[in-house]
Amino acid sequence: MALPLAFFGTFFAYPVAAILLRGLHDGGTWHLGRLGDVLAQSDIRHVLWFTTWQALASTALTLLVALPGAYVFARLDFPGRRLLHAVVTVPFVLPTVVVGTAFLALVGRGGLTDELWGVRLDTTVWAILLAHVFFNYAVVVRTVGGLWAQLDPRQEEAARVLGASRLKAFMTVSLPALGPAVAAAALMVFLFTFTSFGVVQILGGPTFSTLEVEIYRQTSEIFDLTTAAVLTVVQFLAVGAILAVHAWTVRRRESALRLVDASTTARRPRGAGQWALLGGVLTTIAVLLVLPLAVLVQRSLGGTDFAYYRALTSDEGNVFLVPPIEAIGNSLEYAVVATGIAVLIGGLAAAALARRDAGRLVRGFDALLMLPLGVSAVTVGFGFLISLDEPPLDLRSSWILVPLAQALVGVPFVVRTMLPVLRAVDQRLREAAAVLGASPWRVWREVELPLVRRALLVAAGFAFAVSLGEFGATVFIARPDNPTLPVAVARLLGRAGELNYGQAMALSTILMVVCAVALLVLERLRPERSGEL
Amino acid sequence: MKKCFAVVVGLGLVALSACGSSDDQPASSEGSKTVTLVSHSSWAVSKPVLAAFEKASGYQVKVLTDGDAGQAVNKAILTKDNPQGDVFFGVDNTLLSRALDNGLFQPYEAKGLARVGTEFQLDADKHRVTPVDYGDVCVNYDKKYFADRKLAPPTSYDDLVKPAYKNLLVTENVSTSSPGLGFLLGTAAKYGDGGWQDYWKKLKANGVEVVDGWDQAYNEVFSGSAGGKKAKGDRPLVVSYASSPPAEVIFAEPKPAEAPTGVVAGTCFRQVEFAGLLSNAKNTAGGKALIDFLIGKEFQQDMPLNMFVYPVLKGAAVPAEFTKYGPAAKSPETMAPAKIAADRDDWVKTWASLVLK
Repeated sequence: MALPLAFFGTFFAYPVAAILLRGLHDGGTWHLGRLGDVLAQSDIRHVLWFTTWQALASTALTLLVALPGAYVFARLDFPGRRLLHAVVTVPFVLPTVVVGTAFLALVGRGGLTDELWGVRLDTTVWAILLAHVFFNYAVVVRTVGGLWAQLDPRQEEAARVLGASRLKAFMTVSLPALGPAVAAAALMVFLFTFTSFGVVQILGGPTFSTLEVEIYRQTSEIFDLTTAAVLTVVQFLAVGAILAVHAWTVRRRESALRLVDASTTARRPRGAGQWALLGGVLTTIAVLLVLPLAVLVQRSLGGTDFAYYRALTSDEGNVFLVPPIEAIGNSLEYAVVATGIAVLIGGLAAAALARRDAGRLVRGFDALLMLPLGVSAVTVGFGFLISLDEPPLDLRSSWILVPLAQALVGVPFVVRTMLPVLRAVDQRLREAAAVLGASPWRVWREVELPLVRRALLVAAGFAFAVSLGEFGATVFIARPDNPTLPVAVARLLGRAGELNYGQAMALSTILMVVCAVALLVLERLRPERSGEL
Repeated sequence: MKKCFAVVVGLGLVALSACGSSDDQPASSEGSKTVTLVSHSSWAVSKPVLAAFEKASGYQVKVLTDGDAGQAVNKAILTKDNPQGDVFFGVDNTLLSRALDNGLFQPYEAKGLARVGTEFQLDADKHRVTPVDYGDVCVNYDKKYFADRKLAPPTSYDDLVKPAYKNLLVTENVSTSSPGLGFLLGTAAKYGDGGWQDYWKKLKANGVEVVDGWDQAYNEVFSGSAGGKKAKGDRPLVVSYASSPPAEVIFAEPKPAEAPTGVVAGTCFRQVEFAGLLSNAKNTAGGKALIDFLIGKEFQQDMPLNMFVYPVLKGAAVPAEFTKYGPAAKSPETMAPAKIAADRDDWVKTWASLVLK
């Protein structure tokens, strides 16, 4: 518990407090009165309203589209399942500017919907919502699917034997058990879409604006730190309210479940219903997720015999001091370290939170850990800049700041994926092992680890993907001679000319492949022995 | 997995304890051999050129770049009491007043300043900043589109609101995009405080499209760029830079004989970029040497192909592609930095309510 607290305090609470203070307490006087002024502006109220409702709508839509996917990945065995499971996570790592581009090929001018039905969705709120589904599909599939795969199917079967219909068995047995995981996924999707930035700007056009965009503008363009601080406080309040709702719905819901090894629960689809479901999910994934990605790949293949890819390896006439291809190594290094930090901190926090005797205070900490998802990257970044500038913590130009900032976003994922599973582990199993003379360490190793291993890997995959795709913090201190993949893509896109554009597409494609391969490798980490418990 | 943990924790501790190690040690004395340049993410220089400076001056150059120009300037202001480096490069005329009013720079008259055009020296009496490069925000047009339709491309701001060019122009969001703001300031300089709103009303009536940023406008919606062709862009006029057509030639595979795009000469707004010695620089001697280098011939001639801007040094050679396909504007619109600082936020607000609603 101490380590997560120290980490969170040093790298989140302290920097954010510093930048807020700078805005709200300038020249010895408090500007709290500005809170009222800012909230009184109809523009700001409008922005707040739009931010909230688009996030709610995006969350609902994502759950609707992705929950069947979670079931299919958890319970049905079909060829290519693992690969597809990795592929659906790929959108998560792509820079929004690239995804925006790809999405326009789907719903924009001359895009698929335009060709088929003459419908153009860009600059409408629908484009924003669909893109949010695209980005967050994996969140639901991984968080909910991770638990679903481990639920004992025999419980539902028992209910069927006792005369319940298939639907009723699902509603009364599986759904309550999945509740916490669904709530966790919904919370994360909400926080992500609540602080959405690039998607809203690129697909919605300049007429749509979210709080995140306003905070960015006030901080980066107008340099009005007071207004930015007030808006950040507003963001805090909104996120805090959502966290409270989440805590209230989840409490009392989490109960010990019968968990089994995930590899035993997936079966070949049986019956027309399951085949139809599988078909539907695969079609959704093909259209919504794979198609935009395919557009990027296709654009990266222009030129003669992979000209764009070849250009990546030369350091002639490019925007970096090094061949852009070297960004792959940089990204992977950061991602490995960030994943390690996130899994360690998040794992410890989740273990502390999962204890039955965890008090109020600890549960409050659970909510705090989620805050980094709901606070603007620019706020955290500027906070780093003015707070971590004194030895022994002068990290402003140190490489470690990047993985630390990325881990900050990764930790909530680790906690949210681990917690439902950890809480589901039956306390009596631990007690039984302890009675038989096992040390606490051995109890953990023999009883808990096999059960939570899958969740741990899912969590690590998340943290890894977050780090690979993270852009905000990286921009802050990436040195020109060691850009990460998203930074390199953004810089190439910022220049005119075919080779620059082509290289940006090629690097994006490489980023996708790197992400998919890394996740596949991670999921291959099988337990040495899988016994049913 | 466990081993991995140990390594990571170890790494973390090493890194934390090493924050004060030699690599990240801020130079503590005048005699330091490292000079640090802080800039935005568009900074670029050829390796040999920088190496030559390091060799000649005896200083090691460390470069920290992040964010766009606005963000970089704001960060420098926020950290001015304990700066991240010695020299800041990349404050342009739209942000200059903010930087100067906040006391970001200390005076230094660079060696060789006499060979820099006086029209670029916007702080000539105090020398707190030194001009390094300039560029022009101009409307670009797709040559093929106009040739196919036997329509003459527009030549001025006035042309853009004519019915012949209805629904052809795409520009960027003024509140977040640097070229977008440049285009607005150009119209404000041309039509005056009272006239630009009318101009934009006409522009809106003539179907101007506004997208979020330059990337999207240029690589998606504009029909003349390589990216736009792939993305089926359908607007032949875009707000970009005078140096964009040369880039379309230089970065094409194979290189075309003619640039596919051209510049609408009467729609340009001049942006000048400056460098300055930070007020609390730890290595002032190194910082001064670095500023001298930035306006030296070698760097000035190296710059255009790296950053796609024009040299301020008289007599610096410009690549042939620049002179041929995208010469700097002859009579661009300009505006005093103080005026930009005074009116900018109001104009952006007014623009948003006129154009986006």
